[in-house]
Amino acid sequence: MSTLAASVPRGIVRSHRRRIRPARVALHIFLGTMVVVWLFPLFWAVYASLRPVSETITNGFVSWPKTLNFANYTNFWTEADLPYFYLNTLVIVVPGVVLTLLIASMVAFCCTQFSWKFNVIVLMIFTAGNLLPPQVIIIPLYWIYLNTPIAMLGSIDIGRFSFAIFSDNNLLYDQYIGIILIHVVFQTGFATFVLSNYMKTITREITESALVDGANILRIWWSVILPLCRPALAAMATLLFTFMYNDFFWALLLLKTGDKRPITSALNNLQGEFFVNNNLIAAGALLAAVPPILIYIALQRHFVAGLTLGSTKG
Amino acid sequence: MVGVPLALDVLLIWGPTVASVFFSFTNWSGIGPITGKNLVGFKNYRFLFSGYTLFWPALEHNLIWLAWLAFIATPLGMFFAVLLDREMRGTRIYQSVFFLPVVLSLVVVAFIWELQYAPNDGFINNALGLKGSRLIDWLGNPRINLFSALVATSWRHIGYIMILYLAGLKSVDPSLREAARVDGASEIQTFFSVILPVMAPINVIIVVITAIEALRAFDIAYIINQGKNGLELLSILITNNSISEASLVGFGSTIAVVLLIISLGPIVLFLSRTMKSPA
Repeated sequence: MSTLAASVPRGIVRSHRRRIRPARVALHIFLGTMVVVWLFPLFWAVYASLRPVSETITNGFVSWPKTLNFANYTNFWTEADLPYFYLNTLVIVVPGVVLTLLIASMVAFCCTQFSWKFNVIVLMIFTAGNLLPPQVIIIPLYWIYLNTPIAMLGSIDIGRFSFAIFSDNNLLYDQYIGIILIHVVFQTGFATFVLSNYMKTITREITESALVDGANILRIWWSVILPLCRPALAAMATLLFTFMYNDFFWALLLLKTGDKRPITSALNNLQGEFFVNNNLIAAGALLAAVPPILIYIALQRHFVAGLTLGSTKG
Repeated sequence: MVGVPLALDVLLIWGPTVASVFFSFTNWSGIGPITGKNLVGFKNYRFLFSGYTLFWPALEHNLIWLAWLAFIATPLGMFFAVLLDREMRGTRIYQSVFFLPVVLSLVVVAFIWELQYAPNDGFINNALGLKGSRLIDWLGNPRINLFSALVATSWRHIGYIMILYLAGLKSVDPSLREAARVDGASEIQTFFSVILPVMAPINVIIVVITAIEALRAFDIAYIINQGKNGLELLSILITNNSISEASLVGFGSTIAVVLLIISLGPIVLFLSRTMKSPA
């Protein structure tokens, strides 16, 4: 917020004197080297993924290319039935992000716009919950998931894909909604913390005068406060998408059926089955990396704002 | 509006936290009811500390993980931030590159680094010209695989710290720097005696994030070899004992409690710093 604005005037002051200084050249050389180091593992994965298996078997991986093509990608895409796993991710992440934002913004709204005795305690409960290592709670959570009866009300079927409403085994365990639920609850802690920091900067007079005008609390939250928080919500949506997309732990332990796994944990599952060579591993890893990288390129500003909103206050 | 989310949070996060503590005093297997006969007092803890051979190595690995992040990766991230926090051509590009791994899943990070570390096909051994009996098994050798995992983790951690620290640096009042420069302080002097003290709140957050990341470490070690043979971590012992292989719910919970107690340090530090000034 104010942090981003602070750097602007400095630039204006300094930009008019420009001469080449040895220190600056050394800095660029150092940073340039680091950029190469940073990009190399990615470059190497791309390179390995574009080379046919037969060629790397005869010549080794460290060799000049004769042929480069997308065969590893197309093989992996069709053989591993990849679109299906992307769909799994989608049905978990989209409801996950939307619900988290709705819930977290409600809690943050109530805890920042009203003087309520337990405001700070509620915020602490949510924030601390998100800081716990997930492994601390997994054993009882696993038990809860195995012992909570959930209604089976049929399913929405698209080809091989089947989204159960709400369960296909009467449990929370091994269900999309189970994964969505834990994502929402766990990430609400983080989102509440960040959104409440943002909402603290909104004057309470807005809410107070809307209340005087007879608007109810839900309406104030939805049509007054949420629009004011649009930048913070956009930043959080970007960040939450990435967090949930990249999750490995919850899906590993709370889903059993391989066919329900989202793309990232499916990748690990496929390790023995499909990944017979490093060329395919590279292609698979990169395909799984594409959505977050696209989001990052398109929404970099929101991404960085989301992370820094959480750490710097105002 | 607050009640339902709060109830869910308490039910699915704090309830299980308390339940873990309770389970740690039992020998429950996770199936059937818990009766008085299941209560075993501190037996699990005694076994954990003196009989279970994987506990001390795992704790040591977590501490090495923490030390590596705290003394190598986090300072490097801060160093990058300091270097990039100036008017300089290309600073945005540098930032974007260093931050890129942060958006990747640790599964993807592990896979990408396996291509570097693989004994025969990996880049590192080939680039070093190591063949046959001189091959280094970067992920298999229990004396080095922890550090191989840490390098891969740092690839992601450094960019994360850099972005957080950069935001902090930008919030420092420029006139402070200007004043230090006028007084003849060098850039390094300015950083250590002016900027670093002003950044105290951010420094605390960086410390907390580093500690939490080290305690949460799970994914990379699990993907490499399911946390065995040199890559044991507390987080992995919890799941391996109670869910994946055995059903030692009581004993697994004991490890969870140890992890919980260690985690409370950074969590309390974070809360005491961020919640100090309620709106």
